[in-house]
Amino acid sequence: MSLTTQRPADAEQPQVLRKERAFRRHGSGDFSKPTLAGLITRYALMIVVLLLVIGPFVWQLSTSFKGPSEDLYIFPPNIIPTDPTLENYSKVTDIVPVYTYAWHSLLIAVGSVITNVVLSVFAGYALALMKFRGKFIALGILLSTMLLPGEVTITANLLTINALGLANTLWGVFLPGAIAAMNVLLIATACRMIPQDVIDAATVDGATTWQRIRHIVWPNVRGMASVVAIFTFIGAWDDYLWPLMVLTDPANYTLTVGMAYLNSNFSPDPRLIAAGTMVALIPIIVLFSIMQRFFFKGVQEGAVKG
Amino acid sequence: MRSHRWFTPWLLLAPALIWVLVFALWPFLNTVVLSFTDARPLREVTPVGLEQYERLLTDEQFGYALITCLIYVVVCVPLLTILPLLLALLVEKNVPGIALFRTTYYFPVIASVVVVALIWSWLFDSKGVINQALEWMGVVDQPIAFLVDRWWLLGCAILLTVWKGMGYYMVVYLAALGNVGKDLHEAAMLDGASSFRRFVSVTIPSVRGAMLLVSVLIAVSAMRVFTELDILSNGTGGPGGYDMSIVMLIRQVGSGLNGNLGYAAAISVALFLLTLLPLVAIAFMNREKKAKVPA
Repeated sequence: MSLTTQRPADAEQPQVLRKERAFRRHGSGDFSKPTLAGLITRYALMIVVLLLVIGPFVWQLSTSFKGPSEDLYIFPPNIIPTDPTLENYSKVTDIVPVYTYAWHSLLIAVGSVITNVVLSVFAGYALALMKFRGKFIALGILLSTMLLPGEVTITANLLTINALGLANTLWGVFLPGAIAAMNVLLIATACRMIPQDVIDAATVDGATTWQRIRHIVWPNVRGMASVVAIFTFIGAWDDYLWPLMVLTDPANYTLTVGMAYLNSNFSPDPRLIAAGTMVALIPIIVLFSIMQRFFFKGVQEGAVKG
Repeated sequence: MRSHRWFTPWLLLAPALIWVLVFALWPFLNTVVLSFTDARPLREVTPVGLEQYERLLTDEQFGYALITCLIYVVVCVPLLTILPLLLALLVEKNVPGIALFRTTYYFPVIASVVVVALIWSWLFDSKGVINQALEWMGVVDQPIAFLVDRWWLLGCAILLTVWKGMGYYMVVYLAALGNVGKDLHEAAMLDGASSFRRFVSVTIPSVRGAMLLVSVLIAVSAMRVFTELDILSNGTGGPGGYDMSIVMLIRQVGSGLNGNLGYAAAISVALFLLTLLPLVAIAFMNREKKAKVPA
């Protein structure tokens, strides 16, 4: 029984249309809305957390725009530079070739996205929608690696890469991550949503396996493929340990390894480090802001399945 | 209906299977085998039985790495299980502007650990903002050497991990909270339950599964910590190498032309077993629960 039926007088009076309130007033029974005080507290807390989250990024961004004459060590600190300049972004390249490093990272990230998406769609389609002997063996092989942290096999993987003659190359960094079992399983989950009848109908009409993937499977799994693409890109762009193991020559470094190298070997001006970190950070923030709808979906699916 | 030749699925699966075999299963077997040998680069390999594991038990450096990782797990698990839940409750309601807040809270997650650690090492610097603020407020007379003291360094790295991980687990909790019915909360409110009481008696039981999942994920990833400690300590593992994590030790022992591959492999196997512990624990807990409630 709802609360309103106990007060029939209300129902007989003509309803006055009022603007929908974002909060609950005293005595209201609509518990789905917060009280005004509750709403204000909520926003206040959210803003405090917001400052804690973006504060370090903003401080770093501000440092990267400060000129050599500006004192970095005054307190309270200057968030807005008195004499903003872009020269740190070019001066940092005198020490390490940051933009070459960024290019290396981009090559590896884009390469990983392409191979992961394409090969996961192939494998995911076969796993989810084809009947064949030995399917459980294939699934078992893929699942067995989910419990295996990459750090455990890192020494042995380096031996493999060295044996392939790929030590100290970008190929060596890219190759082990070219396709991940997790992505195959995500795409396979999306493929299971496609009704078998649709696939059968296409087969009856004479569609080849390639045509079925291209015209039926791909349009249906495009959402999940974007999730795979974003995760792969960010994972490859942010990766540190593996490129650090593979790359020994500073000329071949990726951005993360190069930034750590800049920091530990030259103890340079904080302004230059700030500029370098912004080069690593800004592309990923922009990408994320554009694609965030897919991203949150991906985290939720990944957490449930993983 | 036969719609494809017998080898078509295997052709489609081949790249994925070959990759998993070559870059995950084979190196794992290789690691296990190497851990029973004295392998070093460019040298004959001879089996040495359990010698590497015996060394593991007496190695002080491994002991410190183990302590560092265990502290990491013990501190990170409760913090990253509870704080993101509170954060998720904070941004759960669809109030105006909520998307902006949720998106921004996720920024630390997508940033590289290297970038984030460099930013924080600048904040924690002896002349950095945090020390200046503390001096300005009169809390300390001299700057605290955050990054050159064993325990401060560990604390800073943990703070960094928590700060960076909050947004990720917040989204996991948001998904779990979305599946909880509103009726329980409304009933509790009508009965006059305070918000703290509702949190303890309604919210926590209804997201219990998500909390278990999250704590296992955190325990496993805390055991594998590398980048935070590596960058904050400039690759040294802190004063005396006391703040070296297990992964840092694997890298130090196993890399280079004189790397002791056999010993690095033994540490890797130990790391693998340590990351299995939380999974065994959760499986055990689930079985206990089922045994208690026969249904």
